[in-house]
Amino acid sequence: MKLREIVELLDGVLLTDAEHLDREITCAFGSDLISDILMCTKEATLLLTGLTNPQVIRLSDMIDLLGIIFVRGKKPADDLIEMANARDLPLITTKFTLYKSAGILYNSGLRSCKI
Amino acid sequence: MAVYCNISEDAQQKYEHFTKEKPNPEMSIEYKVGHKDFVNSGKASSEIKLMLKRLGVNPEILRKVAVASYEAEINVTAHSLGGDIICDIYLDCVHIKFIDNGPGIKNLEKALEPGWSTADDLVREMGFGAGLGLPNIKKNADVMHIESAENQSTILQIIVFY
Repeated sequence: MKLREIVELLDGVLLTDAEHLDREITCAFGSDLISDILMCTKEATLLLTGLTNPQVIRLSDMIDLLGIIFVRGKKPADDLIEMANARDLPLITTKFTLYKSAGILYNSGLRSCKI
Repeated sequence: MAVYCNISEDAQQKYEHFTKEKPNPEMSIEYKVGHKDFVNSGKASSEIKLMLKRLGVNPEILRKVAVASYEAEINVTAHSLGGDIICDIYLDCVHIKFIDNGPGIKNLEKALEPGWSTADDLVREMGFGAGLGLPNIKKNADVMHIESAENQSTILQIIVFY
């Protein structure tokens, strides 16, 4: 599934470079606990989270993230968006909750990442 | 002083060989970690991963090193008064030492239990403090060695073989 479709499905807004919309997304994972995210992601994945601190972007240096969806209307500060652009990491914000966002994407055929 | 050591089964022989040979590191780098500095924390682990990547270490090993090192770096940031990281890179492994300035771990046995955490609200708001740091390090490092006591430094060492 293209990131463009995900943005549409979640009625979201892309915060990083527009070229990110053509990125192919193969699977997803959702959590607000960093250790969970580190422990559970065995392949490159899209992350759905409510965390908006710099460590969320730093996470993408340790594990392969295809992009981050900030749920519950959360929007990271501008310096985080810069950090993400420097890493070529797409960031999206949606007003939907983690549960609703995950449900919509799962029902649209986006599978869970291997854990 | 409490000491805990875990060596993964697959790494037993390699570790014995390593301790017997005591090779000199090919490269040695030091980093500083600031108390509660959540803006910069993780930079050292990210640089270590990048260096190993340039040396051609395979992605699965890179992930293991990065996750173990990052959890340990966050532990120094979140739970100690700050400290140092010393990373020694060898031909067949990486040895990373985290030495903090205290205040030490009161109950090491408890600290190793998944779910046990002494993290404060700030740390929890950042998405940490699930009590999975040390278990995650143990899972990803081939060798994990901790020594600590109340009101003393904690020294955590990890080794990952390529």
